[in-house]
Amino acid sequence: MNFLVTLINGLSLGGVYALIALGYTMVYGIAKMLNFAHGDIIMVGGYTVLVALGTSGKPIFTVIACVAAIVVCCILGVTIEKVAYKPLRGASPLAVLITAIGVSYFLEGLAQIFFGTNAKFVKIAEMGILHIGGLSIGWDTVITLLVSAAIMAALTLFVKMTKTGRAMVAVSEDKAAASLMGVNVNAIITVTFAIGSILAAVASIFYLMRYPTLNNTMGAMPGIKAFTAAVIGGIGSIPGAMIGGIVLGIIECVFNSTPLAPYTVAIEFAILIVLLLVRPNGILGKKRREKV
Amino acid sequence: MSLKKNAFVKYYLIYVIFAAIIVFFVALGGVLPRSFLSNSLQMAIAILLSLSLSFVVGFLGELSLGHAGFMCAGAYLGGKVASILAAGALGNGILTFIISVLVGGIVAAVLGVVVGLPALRLKGDYLAIVTLAFCEIVRVLFLNSPKEAFGGAFGLETPKYGSSGISLQMMLILALLLVVSAIAVFRNIIRSKHGRAVTAIRDNEIAARATGVDVTKYKLFAFVVSSFFAGIAGVVYSYTQSRVQSSTFDYNYSIDILVMVVLGGMGSMNGSIISAAIITFLNLKLSTVLTGNLAVAKDLVYALILILIVIFSNAPSLRSFREKYNFRAIIERLRKKEMDPADIKNDAGSWDRIPTKIEMNEVLSTDFKVQESTMNPDKEAK
Repeated sequence: MNFLVTLINGLSLGGVYALIALGYTMVYGIAKMLNFAHGDIIMVGGYTVLVALGTSGKPIFTVIACVAAIVVCCILGVTIEKVAYKPLRGASPLAVLITAIGVSYFLEGLAQIFFGTNAKFVKIAEMGILHIGGLSIGWDTVITLLVSAAIMAALTLFVKMTKTGRAMVAVSEDKAAASLMGVNVNAIITVTFAIGSILAAVASIFYLMRYPTLNNTMGAMPGIKAFTAAVIGGIGSIPGAMIGGIVLGIIECVFNSTPLAPYTVAIEFAILIVLLLVRPNGILGKKRREKV
Repeated sequence: MSLKKNAFVKYYLIYVIFAAIIVFFVALGGVLPRSFLSNSLQMAIAILLSLSLSFVVGFLGELSLGHAGFMCAGAYLGGKVASILAAGALGNGILTFIISVLVGGIVAAVLGVVVGLPALRLKGDYLAIVTLAFCEIVRVLFLNSPKEAFGGAFGLETPKYGSSGISLQMMLILALLLVVSAIAVFRNIIRSKHGRAVTAIRDNEIAARATGVDVTKYKLFAFVVSSFFAGIAGVVYSYTQSRVQSSTFDYNYSIDILVMVVLGGMGSMNGSIISAAIITFLNLKLSTVLTGNLAVAKDLVYALILILIVIFSNAPSLRSFREKYNFRAIIERLRKKEMDPADIKNDAGSWDRIPTKIEMNEVLSTDFKVQESTMNPDKEAK
């Protein structure tokens, strides 16, 4: 019974990781870059929630705070892409990686100026505990699980059904060919960053429900774990990021409930390494063909 | 003729510079302010780190995000040996330092084999995340280590310079000597058959294998040499701290080293040295210049400088501007010398600056899959 609760907790945390990992994997698939600033967008989302929530605990403010976080993160993501990454399109991937690191430091520095380095406590909403049969699970866990599942389903449909979604797949497969077919590659990249940042904002809300302390480097750990999740699933693959996130979330919750808890991070990364040794391209990764 | 002379100057200039720096510190170390000496020591550590990472990233062409992990292992094991020896018969002297440097380096090199093994199967971003994962694993293991062995969460107590035994000036000179030996080792490796094999793997792994380069051996070799020097840097670092904290060596530290290497120029040892020195200096300077309310702006300024440098030096749209106003072009204009097209090749063939990697996948479109068996005669024999 206890194990079932741990499993549901893990699924829920996995949903959060999957949302962040989707941002990594979509940007990687389409812009071929590791967006190291993605974790810091989570942090910005968290601070937006903190500001919008103010001191009020009314439910309506919670909704406003969530919407505000989504809007701010979306604008921020697109701005970063336009200002920092767009001038480097066509430059070496490492240069783009270093710029992303610079943007990450920039956001952390900015947050430090406005909010200081002291951790802040954010209480998003008071939620009760759900009792089903003998199980007792926090409502926040349930909501996280349901909302992230819904978002993932919606994203899958978006990519499969809409014109923009198909264009995204086309750009990720071959940028040059896609632009020859009339796809506006720049617009698609912008849309990708916007979607990734919205997902990060949603993830930041759920992450804060679970771990309600906020400081200027809070995005680093979920960011790096979601990156791990994206690689486990096969970077560039959308269903891969979902699977990777859920696998990682379950591993984390299961090991956190055992005496091995201090080593959870080490175990997660060890599993990543072993998995990559067995499947060098991740679970669902496409095999990259070497062209000579 | 002029080429030969140029190559000679290029090859020995760096040693002359470092010899001058060492002489400078030997002569004036007692007079100079302590903060200047300790800042120089920080710079020496950064140079050691960026040199060693430069070998893997710039010359082997594999992205490593876990360099701080090797340094962590070196700092802990070397620091432990140093503290044991310092308490024992050897005392806290130079001999203790040398032994602990060797121990730290060798431990890190062994770890380099462990990280290098998956490197044989993985590429690019997958390898990057594996190195990052190794770094975090090493860090977490030391963080949760037994208190009596490595201090656990409190950190490991190490013999800091100054307190007894090695003075700050002596420490700095030792660190600079280590930097010079690292430069000598890396430069000679790169100029040797082994270094050529490593750069051949970077430029085109399949072609290198086809021409008989043992890719497995040389990838491991690069990781081992690189992590050996990272471990040494870790030991020197442990001497600058009274307590080594494992939280120092998180992936941000690895990224800081990577930034130095990339800004210095891929595949350029001198570039790595210069950029490591400048970035460390900039960081230390910013934290002393920006005091009071401005102190919080340090990270912001550093980040802005970083972004601007990268965009300026890499943006494809600024290429014509760069070609007009780069360092070499300005010097040429000052000397009022017309560039002879025949001279350009001389420079490109020089040993310390090998053109950066071309993305083969983007350049070529022939859809031809190389059979693993035809590439590897050993397998076919079975």
